[in-house]
Amino acid sequence: MPKRSNEPLLWSLFSAGGVVAAFLIPVHLFLFGVAFPLGWLPDPGYQRLLALVRHPLTRIYLFVLCSLPLFHWAHRFRYTLYDGLQIKHLNELIFTFCYGGAMAGTAAAGYLLWTIR
Amino acid sequence: MNETPAYTEFHPRWYRPRVSTYWWLWRWPYLKFIIRELSSLSVVSFVVMALLQLSALRRGPQAYAEFQELVKHPFLIALAAVSLFFVVFHAITWFNLTPSAMPVRVKGKRLPDFLVAAPNYVVWLVLSGAVAWVVLGG
Repeated sequence: MPKRSNEPLLWSLFSAGGVVAAFLIPVHLFLFGVAFPLGWLPDPGYQRLLALVRHPLTRIYLFVLCSLPLFHWAHRFRYTLYDGLQIKHLNELIFTFCYGGAMAGTAAAGYLLWTIR
Repeated sequence: MNETPAYTEFHPRWYRPRVSTYWWLWRWPYLKFIIRELSSLSVVSFVVMALLQLSALRRGPQAYAEFQELVKHPFLIALAAVSLFFVVFHAITWFNLTPSAMPVRVKGKRLPDFLVAAPNYVVWLVLSGAVAWVVLGG
């Protein structure tokens, strides 16, 4: 039996992350990155956000919002380094950095969302 | 003709011109490709900020107030604005891929591309509205 490639799994994660990033990140980025800091819209504030994050559905939502886009990034960034900068010889290092980063971010999101009280 | 012919192994030299590291800079489709790929950096910077925000929320009102002050820094606002541009670029290129990934046929005829891509934009609007509605307090 030839060794199976893990590319299909990684590509599915990339694709799912691409969907989540496309549909959901723009509105989050607009609200929390631009509109609230500049005072264009009233900032919901600590109490309201904490109440929202305490809800189990919000926790699952935020976990997906943080995790899948990281795997999307890992795939794209990896191939941008391969093709754009042509540094194929650093293959393994790049792979470890990208997917290791995505897994570390996923773990951090899981820990934070699990322990917020 | 008594000389034995000398054979050399057939080993053609490959014609491989060196490609510049900046090959993508000079043509719009290539540049568009690299911009689209680099949008992933904006995705990661968004996630990092989101994790910092969650961590501040978790540590309590004092930490969260500090986070709110932090994101008012002009550098972070600029970063968010630039990231927003890249992420919207990602979203548009992603949605417009649908007709290529999933050609829809009605009665044997292929639907025009914009009709296949259009529902994505409707869903995008509805989801963005829903998120804003929930965050802003209904």
